[in-house]
Amino acid sequence: MERYTADTTISYPCDGAAGRTGGWRDFRPVIDLTICIRCLRCWAYCPEGAVLRADDDSVSINYDYCKGCGICAYECPKKVIAMEREE
Amino acid sequence: MAIKDLPREELMHPGAGSCPACTDLLTLRMTLKALGPKTVLVTPASCTASVACGYPKTPFGVPVLTMAFAAGGAAASGAVAALHRLGEDDVNVVVWAGDGGTYDIGLQSMSGAMERGTNFIFVCYNNEIYSNTGVQRSGATPFGAWTTTTWKGKVDQRKDMPAIMLAHRLPYVATASASYIEDLYRKVQKAASIRGPKYLEFHIPCAPGWRFPMERTIEMGRLAVETGAWALFEADDGKVEFNLRSKQILDGKTQRKPIEEYLELQGRFAHLFRPERDEEALAGIQQFIDREWERYKQLAACGMSVG
Ligand SMILES: Cc1ncc(C[n+]2csc(CCOP(=O)(O)OP(=O)(O)O)c2C)c(N)n1
Ligand code: SF4
Ligand code: SF4
Ligand code: SF4
Ligand SMILES: [Mg+2]
Repeated sequence: MERYTADTTISYPCDGAAGRTGGWRDFRPVIDLTICIRCLRCWAYCPEGAVLRADDDSVSINYDYCKGCGICAYECPKKVIAMEREE
Repeated sequence: MAIKDLPREELMHPGAGSCPACTDLLTLRMTLKALGPKTVLVTPASCTASVACGYPKTPFGVPVLTMAFAAGGAAASGAVAALHRLGEDDVNVVVWAGDGGTYDIGLQSMSGAMERGTNFIFVCYNNEIYSNTGVQRSGATPFGAWTTTTWKGKVDQRKDMPAIMLAHRLPYVATASASYIEDLYRKVQKAASIRGPKYLEFHIPCAPGWRFPMERTIEMGRLAVETGAWALFEADDGKVEFNLRSKQILDGKTQRKPIEEYLELQGRFAHLFRPERDEEALAGIQQFIDREWERYKQLAACGMSVG
């Protein structure tokens, strides 16, 4: 990436700017893919972009950065995401 | 526009410092999907600015100019002029300001930029408080809400900032909600397609500030619309049209839910229900919403002439 020089502070974009935010989680979303209808509601409404959307529109969770907020589970129309307590 | 049609590309990197369930972050993510990489953001002091300006890393995949609290509109004017000198007139310049940075301290610099016809988008993400500094009341905080500076409940009504923006005779003014994400996406794209000053305001439920369980954040935004505490509309050249559920309510096809269904889920209104119900305040809040909808009817009928 192009770097700039300027008389001010410049930060550069990267994953994990605030660290591995997955470590903030108390509950972990677990998707039952056998009953998921690939509606992508969890993908659209995850604030973090931590629901990954594959080419075939199947979904999975990026546990490095999922903060465990539970929005995906609450908004899933089929209720196929369980929030399981972290060890 | 269906959810499947939302672009896959993410311009927000995961691992941002926002609270879990933050709809400021959600709507940033969606807005950048709608605008694409040729976008420059100006963020006055706020949660967003705090998330953007950690050093040396930022989650933002587009340039962000973090700015003094009052100066969003002025900084955007400068950015537009500078990009023009560089021959880069096709860049979206967007102020992303909180309600404090819009309704209160940011008002005059925003108003000036609007009046000068600056080609930019001003987004107010309205979480109805100064959240970054620990939940103080703003001009957008609704009547009755607890904050650390209104600890018996706010005694004043909120301002109507979209109406103040309509009175600036802008080519495009729209309200949206984090809970109606396709509508929000469409409105951002539409704003980007119009030249001149555009105003967008997003309703942003904030679980830690409003005190409700974070997994219910999207539901809270939906209830705000269903009870009429928030209205979805857009105005092209001053002609006002309501959208989705808010249009059904305006047209009399759907009843508004009682406002209590929205209030009782939020800790910031708990004192209106416990230890005993504050009937006067609850009735007052419902009457305020009823009057707002009478006014919305007039707004839809008359609009605001742009000339
Ligand atoms: C002139 C000035 N006064 C006060 C502050 C402290 N301050 C920083 S962010 C903030 C609140 C911002 O509220 P809002 O614009 O609603 O954004 P939010 O924090 O809710 O995201 C305040 C008071 C400041 N940075 N500058
Ligand atoms: S729990 Fe929250 S952060 Fe994690 S994937 Fe679901 S919506 Fe995203
Ligand atoms: S919201 Fe539920 S059904 Fe829809 S894609 Fe996600 S897990 Fe599958
Ligand atoms: S306080 Fe509210 S708006 Fe600010 S980062 Fe947290 S959830 Fe988002
Ligand atoms: Mg705010």
